[in-house]
Amino acid sequence: MERKIRVLIGKPGLDGHDRGAKFIARALRDAGMEVIYTGIRQTPEAIANTAIQEDVDFVGLSLLSGAHNHLFPQVARLIREKGGDDIILFGGGVIPGEDIPGLEEAGFRAIFTPGTPASDVVEFIHEEMKNRR
Amino acid sequence: MNTVHELAEGIRSGDGRTLARALTMVENGDPRAAVLLHELYDPSATALTLGVTGPPGAGKSSMVNRLIAYWRGKGKKVGVLAVDPSSPFSGGALLGDRIRMQEHATDAGVFIRSMGSRGHLGGLSGSTRDSLELMIAAGYDPVMVETVGVGQAEVEVASLADLTILVLVPGAGDEVQTMKAGIMEVADVIVLNKADAGGMDRLQTAVESSLELVPDGIGRPPVVRFSAKTGQGLELLVEKILEEASSKTGDSRGARKRAMLVLESVLREKGRKMAASKVEEMFGGMEKAIDSVLRGETTPYGIGELLDKSFGEED
Ligand SMILES: Nc1nc2c(ncn2[C@@H]2O[C@H](COP(=O)(O)OP(=O)(O)O)[C@@H](O)[C@H]2O)c(=O)[nH]1
Ligand SMILES: [Mg+2]
Repeated sequence: MERKIRVLIGKPGLDGHDRGAKFIARALRDAGMEVIYTGIRQTPEAIANTAIQEDVDFVGLSLLSGAHNHLFPQVARLIREKGGDDIILFGGGVIPGEDIPGLEEAGFRAIFTPGTPASDVVEFIHEEMKNRR
Repeated sequence: MNTVHELAEGIRSGDGRTLARALTMVENGDPRAAVLLHELYDPSATALTLGVTGPPGAGKSSMVNRLIAYWRGKGKKVGVLAVDPSSPFSGGALLGDRIRMQEHATDAGVFIRSMGSRGHLGGLSGSTRDSLELMIAAGYDPVMVETVGVGQAEVEVASLADLTILVLVPGAGDEVQTMKAGIMEVADVIVLNKADAGGMDRLQTAVESSLELVPDGIGRPPVVRFSAKTGQGLELLVEKILEEASSKTGDSRGARKRAMLVLESVLREKGRKMAASKVEEMFGGMEKAIDSVLRGETTPYGIGELLDKSFGEED
């Protein structure tokens, strides 16, 4: 039985910069994962529904606009409400260090700040998958 | 863990999380999937299934997006499977068809699932049909399957769904694009997309001249000018789809065709599996069989003969 890791890369909020999101999406693809990318300016509701329908193992959110404290927890809550409690969340973007504990509290297992090599994200995913089994 | 029966109940009752989980089981080749599909199969189901194929960038996802909106307007629950090629190197895939359909992401009456082709074994022919069956069981009607058409894939998609819609666009190489062997025979409806952008006359001429080569008996598909950008031609497109559907799969023939498609898909998978396990038994695996070919002890055809014999001996 072949099991592929499936990851949704979501971009909530209003900023239109998706270079970072696409970069990570390609890196995860190259690491053998199936990556669903849904484009910019997605509502938390759309991201959560997509995560459920696509039955992903991970949801990674990318945001540069500074609205992460508001939007990230909202996505986390909606995903849980829709039955996706086992989906592992991570985030990335311009996120000040002092915001990270709050996001972790909201259910984000890792926050990657700009300049993090893509291999760190790949490694994080593989680690989490191990713990899961 | 849920029992197969609970999964079946969840799917029938329209629970999206359960359907999503079952789709993963099917994709991963989970042994419980066959039991589940068996329990769910309703021979009297009448959901229309549409395969959508054509070259990358032709506007397949955008057209599917328009069709979703159309059928939602008629109160239908719409299912979509969007298959993108997996990388042969990493096995990973970037699944981006949804980008064009995200306006429906918050509509509870629309279920969209992206799939990597995962090489041929778990790709188009096998698990795609099974995924389609899950969507039918969950009450989606119609269900559309989008696949990139390069080479053989169009022909494969034709053995997947009730109808095959081929999407073409104007551009360099109109003639080449439409002359490719097999394409015209498998299409039930041909869509000339991007009608807003011009170049349609040339494309239509090219398409119609290749259609003249299609043997008359099998019926020439209607050709519809369409724009996924403006929505122009949408009503006509739906009309043609429904006309073709009722002439090709109307009444009891629909149920028959579906059962045949599913059986064919099961046979393909089973046949491959049985043959592969024989090769395993006789040679100790594919690699060992290839070694044997390279040593000049047999050839791939010789292995085929051995398979014939060994299956013949069993009955
Ligand atoms: N001008 C124009 N562009 C279109 C039309 N349909 C799709 N496109 C564009 O063509 C590109 C590819 O579309 P997509 O639906 O992703 O094609 P696919 O690869 O066949 O699924 C996108 O940039 C679309 O916006 C159309 O009818 N007119
Ligand atoms: Mg597409």
